[in-house]
Amino acid sequence: GGMLAAAVLLLLVAAGPGLVPVRAGRDALREELLLSPLPDGDVAATFQFRTRWDADLQRGAVSHYRLFPKALGRLVAALGVRELHLALTQGFWRTRVWGQPPLQAPAGAELWVWFQPTVTDVDKAWEELSNILSGIFCASLNFIDSTNTVTPTASFKPLGLANGTDHHLLRYAVLPREVVCTENLTPWKKLLPCGSKAGLAVLLKAERLFHSSYHSQAVHIRPICRDASCLAVSWELRQTLTVVFDTFSSGQGKKDWSLFKMFSRTLTDACPLASQSKVYVDISPKNKEKELLEVTPPPTSVHEAIVQGDKRTYAVYDLLSPSLFNTSRSLNVQLKWKRPQDSSDLPTPILHAQRYVSGYGLQTGEISTLIYNTHPYRAFPVILLETVPWYLRLYVHTLTIITKGKENKPSYIHYQPAQDRRRPHLLEMLIQLPANSVTKITIQFERALLKWTEYTPDPNHGFYVSSSVLSALVPSVIAMKDVDVEQSPLFTSLFPSSDGSSYFVRLYTEPLLVNLPTPDFSMPYNVICLTCTVVAVCYGSFYNLLTRTFHVEEPSRGGLAKRLANIIRKFRGVPPL
Amino acid sequence: VVEGLALLDLGVSPYSGAIFHETPLIIYLFHFLIEYAELVFMITDVLTAVALYLAIQDFNKVVFKKQKLLIELDKYAPDVAELIRTPMEMHYIPLKVALFYLLNPYTVMSCVAKSTCAINNTVIAFFILATIKGSAFLSAVFLALATYQSLYPLTLFAPALLYLLQRQFIPIKLKSKSFWLYTVQYAALYLCSLVVIVCLSFFLLNSWDFIPSVYGFILSVPDLTPNIGLFWYFFAEMFEHFSLFFVCVFQINVFFYTIPLAIKLKEHPVFFMFVQIAIISIFKSYPTVGDIALYMAFLPVWSHLYRFLRNIFILSCVLIVCSLLFPVLWHLWIYAGSANSNFYYAITLTFNIGQILLISDYFYAFLRREYYLTHGLHLTRQDGTEAMLVLK
Repeated sequence: GGMLAAAVLLLLVAAGPGLVPVRAGRDALREELLLSPLPDGDVAATFQFRTRWDADLQRGAVSHYRLFPKALGRLVAALGVRELHLALTQGFWRTRVWGQPPLQAPAGAELWVWFQPTVTDVDKAWEELSNILSGIFCASLNFIDSTNTVTPTASFKPLGLANGTDHHLLRYAVLPREVVCTENLTPWKKLLPCGSKAGLAVLLKAERLFHSSYHSQAVHIRPICRDASCLAVSWELRQTLTVVFDTFSSGQGKKDWSLFKMFSRTLTDACPLASQSKVYVDISPKNKEKELLEVTPPPTSVHEAIVQGDKRTYAVYDLLSPSLFNTSRSLNVQLKWKRPQDSSDLPTPILHAQRYVSGYGLQTGEISTLIYNTHPYRAFPVILLETVPWYLRLYVHTLTIITKGKENKPSYIHYQPAQDRRRPHLLEMLIQLPANSVTKITIQFERALLKWTEYTPDPNHGFYVSSSVLSALVPSVIAMKDVDVEQSPLFTSLFPSSDGSSYFVRLYTEPLLVNLPTPDFSMPYNVICLTCTVVAVCYGSFYNLLTRTFHVEEPSRGGLAKRLANIIRKFRGVPPL
Repeated sequence: VVEGLALLDLGVSPYSGAIFHETPLIIYLFHFLIEYAELVFMITDVLTAVALYLAIQDFNKVVFKKQKLLIELDKYAPDVAELIRTPMEMHYIPLKVALFYLLNPYTVMSCVAKSTCAINNTVIAFFILATIKGSAFLSAVFLALATYQSLYPLTLFAPALLYLLQRQFIPIKLKSKSFWLYTVQYAALYLCSLVVIVCLSFFLLNSWDFIPSVYGFILSVPDLTPNIGLFWYFFAEMFEHFSLFFVCVFQINVFFYTIPLAIKLKEHPVFFMFVQIAIISIFKSYPTVGDIALYMAFLPVWSHLYRFLRNIFILSCVLIVCSLLFPVLWHLWIYAGSANSNFYYAITLTFNIGQILLISDYFYAFLRREYYLTHGLHLTRQDGTEAMLVLK
């Protein structure tokens, strides 16, 4: 069943593993690669390395780690982590042009974690966790603190097993300014059981991966049911990497692609530690026309699935099957388009959104979010989560939601205003989107003046506002059947569906860049002097008036200046002073 | 305030964010009156003007009586006839005060902007009216209300006490028992009303949240939005290490002129009140033009000091020019982007210096007139030539 169905299941953890003796459990690795051509000619490659370990990390000290990386295992056990999702992304998934994303992540670094109910001080555990992860992944996750962490109430439900969802155990933070580069890829690759030496991971070479328009690498850890009866807990670690190569739309090549052209490597063998190693190529015919494209070498099998409300066909290459490497030592999957396809027909995804900031000047502004529902006849609700930093002061009385010209009141709204220098704004709303409509959500804000030490070294670049999150169960046009997690883990994680009629989508909007008024940074000493001078003027005048009294002036014989002046006057013949 | 009401409607405490810093009584007042906001602010301005009119009318009577008493007691020098004030010249002063307040461009701007400063001004005006009429109870209640709104009117306790003592003919001697008795009575009235008002606010919103939000905000100055005061840029450019020290210094600066002024001006408590209100308006942590309008309304009361003012022309020019340049340089910084914050800051400095020198000029003129009244206008030196007055 899907993960959301499992999440509702109540697990009696006490009964199961208590009877199982503590020993190194079975672990299994499955590596999969999904290559899908995008509507505008680009190619998206999604890698997923899934390690499943039948041991309970929370109970008993597990000391023998085989496939599951020790760094992450000890992290989960020591800090009481129930679920961990970390994504580092560079670029933005263009939903309009590329279609619904398999697994989207916001630009920058995103970390959301569910803690176990046994954790007493969640904030302290969160801080320790972000620092440790920052060390493991060489990313500046240590900048995650209370000013960019929020506790969403509705948007991020646990994806693994959960009994009870007290949202005080959830923490979510995004660092939109974070840049992803080779030094983040290397430790991520090191966590893989085969490293980057065998299996699908040989394709992950940094110089090709970062030469792309979208690169997202993620780590997901969650507990799952060990078997259908769900009496014991297994831990699943999924490392996913999505990359979009834009050789066609940037005008550098033809629409034909091959593994060698994209990654400058070919596959030579499967990872010896993997129990499954497959490559899926999306060969779904468009407009019901077969024979439009050709895939070489011929696939070991063909798999059909209904994905995101669409029927798709996949050519499967099983790296573990002996017949694959009979003819050549390396596998270079190639796809050729037989006929040039008219690219004007871009199917619009059912749910997509965009966000922008408007206004002029450095005092006020307005954030507008547009959400499009292009389904012809079904309406569905969407949860919008916005996190705005404290220095853009939102005015919730200016929040307006307009659909088709009329006001649309959200059925659930949770607003937590920001506190200066302590926490950001959190706005969560459940909005009903009518069929075939555009919903515009606007809110006005005021820009604050910060202390001069709080600006980044490049203050005129602006400040980033992290992407807002849209979570929805999109109704699908075709009924989907449930897929077993063990059979094709890639599809269940990339395209989750709760029941046959809708699939879960999480979209992120663009991050925003907002300018704040800046003080003059060269002036601290001058400002202190000048302001204190003004205060001193007041003090001086009042001191004089309060402590001195009026006296009649006594005639004085005159100082030196007066005598000199009199001498000069005598020479001139003018009467003396 | 609108934001605070919206937050209340959403079920969130208005003080959980950092936007709303008004007291709970204001939020409840506007809960009912938010539809008629413009009318409310116009009415408060009119009420302030009326209160000031009645107060100054009464004050003029007191001044005239005191002057008559001092003339009969022969306290004045013989040749000061031209300095004595006549009822004729004092006749139009209350009207001028009311008009000065209503027609002041600062007041108009404050009313158009619907700034809650207008309500503060009304409360202080009623406090002044109650004090001058001699009702200690009402004066204490209004002073407590004014202190509850913004912390600084606490310093007006001293001039009010001095005035009421004078009115009761209790001499201000530290050893006098009646002095201490009256002081303790007045202080008790004031503190009790303050406690009652604070507890009432607690019961309105069922939490003590408003105390750090309102008073903590005034005292610790966390919000650095540019205003016409001196604090914002100072703390924007402050080294973090010294921030607490300078916050304390700036706050003490407002309060510590009270005792010296009380000692010097114990015979003239209304002038003391004027100077104190001016100091509060200049040095409070978030000044607005409405505060300036309040003390400027008193200037016609001291119009007889005109001949002793030294720099009035320059200062009025400075104030007018700076008021005109404020919006220009603000626009250039925030909207046009062609100036930077230093331009606006410079105007802030100049404007505040103008105000400070205006007040000290009036103070100088007042003291000088008092000197002439007791020592005669035509001062001669020992050898008979005309003398100059200096402060020594």
